[in-house]
Amino acid sequence: MKKLLLSSVVVLIGFTFIGRLSYLQLFRFSPDQILDDPAIKKVYDYPERGYIYDRDGKLLVGNQPAYDVMVIPREVKPLDTLEFCTLLGIEKPEFLSKMEKARQYSPRLPSVLVPQLSKEDYAKLQEKMRHFTGFYIQKRSLRYYNTKSAANVLGYISEVNEWDLKNNPYYVAGELKGRTGIEKQYEETLRGRKGVKHIQKDRFNRDIGPYKDGKLDTLPQQGKEIQITLDKTLQEYGEKLMHGKRGGIVAIEPKTGEILTMISGPTYDPALLVGRQRSKNYSKLHYDTISKPTWDRSILAQPSPGSPFKTLNALIGLQEGVIDPSTRIRCYHGFYVGNTLRGCHCGGGIRDLNSGIYESCNAYFAGVFRKIFDKYETTDEGMDVWEKHMKSFGLGDYLGTDLPTGAPGRIPDVAYYDKWYGDGRWAASTIISNSIGQGEIAATPLQLANMTAAIANRGYFYTPHVIKSIGNNGKIDPKYTEPRYTTIDRKHFDPVIEGMANVYNYGTARWVKIPGIDIAGKTGTVENYIRIDGERMQLTDHSVFVAFAPVENPQIALAVYIENGYYGARYAGHIASLLIEKYIKGEITRKDLEKRMLEKTLEHEYAKPYSDEPFEINEYVW
Amino acid sequence: MSGKGPFGRLDWISVILYALLVFIGWLNIYSTSVGETSTSIFDFSTLYGKQLFFIGLAALGIIFVLFVESHFFERFASIFYIVSIVLLLGLFVFGKTIAGATSWYDLGFFNLQPSELAKVGTSLALAKFLSDIQTDIRTGKHQLYAVAIILLPAILILPQPDPGSSLIYFSLFFVLFREGFPIYYLGILIFAVVLFATTLMFGTVWVAIGLIILTLLIYTFKKASVKIPIAPVLGVIVVSILFSLSVNFVFENVFEQRHRDRFALWLSLEKDEEKLDEIRKTIGYNTYQSEKAIESGGFAGKGFMEGTRTKGDFVPEQHTDYIFSSVGEEWGFLGTSAVILLFSLFFLRLIYIAERQKSDFSRMYGYGAISILVFHYFINIGMVIGLLPTIGVPLPFFSYGGSGLIFFTMLLFIFLKLDSNRLKDGI
Repeated sequence: MKKLLLSSVVVLIGFTFIGRLSYLQLFRFSPDQILDDPAIKKVYDYPERGYIYDRDGKLLVGNQPAYDVMVIPREVKPLDTLEFCTLLGIEKPEFLSKMEKARQYSPRLPSVLVPQLSKEDYAKLQEKMRHFTGFYIQKRSLRYYNTKSAANVLGYISEVNEWDLKNNPYYVAGELKGRTGIEKQYEETLRGRKGVKHIQKDRFNRDIGPYKDGKLDTLPQQGKEIQITLDKTLQEYGEKLMHGKRGGIVAIEPKTGEILTMISGPTYDPALLVGRQRSKNYSKLHYDTISKPTWDRSILAQPSPGSPFKTLNALIGLQEGVIDPSTRIRCYHGFYVGNTLRGCHCGGGIRDLNSGIYESCNAYFAGVFRKIFDKYETTDEGMDVWEKHMKSFGLGDYLGTDLPTGAPGRIPDVAYYDKWYGDGRWAASTIISNSIGQGEIAATPLQLANMTAAIANRGYFYTPHVIKSIGNNGKIDPKYTEPRYTTIDRKHFDPVIEGMANVYNYGTARWVKIPGIDIAGKTGTVENYIRIDGERMQLTDHSVFVAFAPVENPQIALAVYIENGYYGARYAGHIASLLIEKYIKGEITRKDLEKRMLEKTLEHEYAKPYSDEPFEINEYVW
Repeated sequence: MSGKGPFGRLDWISVILYALLVFIGWLNIYSTSVGETSTSIFDFSTLYGKQLFFIGLAALGIIFVLFVESHFFERFASIFYIVSIVLLLGLFVFGKTIAGATSWYDLGFFNLQPSELAKVGTSLALAKFLSDIQTDIRTGKHQLYAVAIILLPAILILPQPDPGSSLIYFSLFFVLFREGFPIYYLGILIFAVVLFATTLMFGTVWVAIGLIILTLLIYTFKKASVKIPIAPVLGVIVVSILFSLSVNFVFENVFEQRHRDRFALWLSLEKDEEKLDEIRKTIGYNTYQSEKAIESGGFAGKGFMEGTRTKGDFVPEQHTDYIFSSVGEEWGFLGTSAVILLFSLFFLRLIYIAERQKSDFSRMYGYGAISILVFHYFINIGMVIGLLPTIGVPLPFFSYGGSGLIFFTMLLFIFLKLDSNRLKDGI
């Protein structure tokens, strides 16, 4: 026993140690530990962010170099502070406080002393830099905008925040990420993949050479360039026309679903969100809660569509067989709901499909709407059919575009009204406003443009999108190249389109004809209200216009929505006609009209409700 | 092996195992201390260069020991001991303080650590005393003498402060146990340690319940023929519970916070992640870093000179007390288990040799030397892999340091010299 004691102890210790070591090195070991090994620092090599071009290959967004002056406080030698401050263009107290901040952050790690120097300052500084030990210039890449337009579509990039870092392991603090628009939607395509070098560090955080001779390092993968469907010229022109006006414009190429232009007014120069002034500018834009320049009205605003909606009710009536193009309905300068007369501006008399559309007769479409519902035994059935047809035009739900924001609009359904009025306590006459595009319907300008494209195509549309091609192989998501059919047969479109063409020939938009181009369109005038400090006020009507051209072989379908622009043809119609002419002819023949639209603003309308004085609406003044 | 001269009957297996350990140790010192610019391994401004020099000195020491007449060590054992004690006392006056411990004499080119020398001296003196024909370990008086020989240097070293080295002297109790010191002393000691740890981990109530269940089990499964009187068993349980209660009192009122923290870390007492993190960053930093480094080695390790934590110098004292963590990181489980195996074989071989001695003195000295080596190995690696609380002792033959290497070598080779001479000892 006593002879074996020490041997047993040795054997026991041996087993214990091996047991503990297998626990540590076999059980608890995980190969991912390199990720949190304090001894290995990763140094990233960032690829250049992809360029963005318009549909004709014109550059929209590129990159520009920016120069940050960096400091490693520990390595700073005594220097001529005054000279250095002059070169940097900052005051001495600011310099000292920034140095102190950098030192507090870390004496060993680099901090940004002055971010994003201009090229001129950089040129001056570069020659003298060697006199200032401990400082160096780090080149970074910033976005460069070759246009002052399309800020809402292009979007912007900014530094990743804590939420991004927590939710996406790819990002490291200080990196940039697309926030809105194309930059966000195609973030991974544009960004590429950063390369990584593993550097071995000691516990004082000093470099002591590459880890494993760089075996684990990766090369950066270039970001791909992107071509988008916007037409730079048209976009810039449209934004000029929107000067001083609020609203949204969307133009689509019907045979592809490509979005030609997408305008939100007021807008801003995308370059404002780049560089040293970024956060100041952003606050300014973001906190303008009245004109809301960062709120993209072309896809987020959901007003009632107004009269352009009548075309759809006509199509549904034809499809359901409750009317034909020659069906006549009398307009009593309005129509009766029970004993109440609802007004109409069409002039009264007998209306058929054609004149109903071009004179925008409320009574005619109220009649059509009733007929649709009368076909079915119950209101619920009629409502379901109506809703199904409407939704087939991409209304009442997200369209599925490749933009990161959007709004669904609204097509009311049975459930909606049951909740509103109570089960069975409503009928077609209760919701008759829907027949003329008021009521409970809501649609974004994008949805209106898409609806117009579907009419232009006589029955189908492609999901609207802004991506045209990616990188060299050009392939885009196939969901943008598959047609989506409406529930209306092709043959029913021709009489409706004829009516829309006559809007220009004899109807509500006869003042805005373009010589040499056949346009089909529909005006809209939408009553609207605002609530300020609890007081509900009616404002000047919104001006709405949808159109496509040319009538046979449509190249452009668009929707223009101008807040408080009064009747449809007034602002929206004019702007639409100018855009169509610009896109199809390339130049404007009606210079007077163009000049008027460029110069007129609606600021006086927008100021009215905030003036604290009684005001008139729908004033007929140019 | 039958040749004459100083190397004649040397146990070459032990020598080869010794050389292997020294070589592997040096490789790891090289890996931890080599810089970017590779210089010659004989560059004495570097740690690995210096260690190579110390290995050379140790080799000279071996030759010196082997040429000395083997009876010299037995004859002058008391002198060695007295010189050691004097040198330890001298530290109070002439000692040089390094890292807070006054444990060294400054000899100019070399810092001498007399506590290392004293291990040799005490082993020799204890063997000499026990092998004396007049000593009878079964008498209380001689037991007391033997314990005094062991404790005197331990007590002198304690205030340096060097609790690690002090603790090492307790390993010499193995010599006493081997020579007839009642073995149940060891049983009681182990039982007390187990009670201490379990009380801290589970509390007195559970310890009491555990003891009672254990007793019931023993009574249930014992052979009917075996009679165990109930009264002493109950007495043991009562004493144990009292001891357990006193543990709590001592832990809370006598220990200082840093001690409590070490135990908290060792026995995983602290469950609060935040506090645990705090302990890891302060008192447990070394252990935490070394465990992490070993863990990161995995099965096959990162490869020689590829240890990122080793190169980054994240584990403090890694060329001395924490050298084993670098083995773990760079050579993985394969390397660490190979080293454990090597040490185990080495010790078992030495124990085998000790048992074949015909001379009592040789056997006793051998046991002393082996116990000291085993204790170092146990405490050092146990600490590095997080099984034991932090106690600073070097890993024999591995850790960087001249005094350590030379005196461990002397300790070993005096024994091997005695062994080579065993046939000449008259029967």
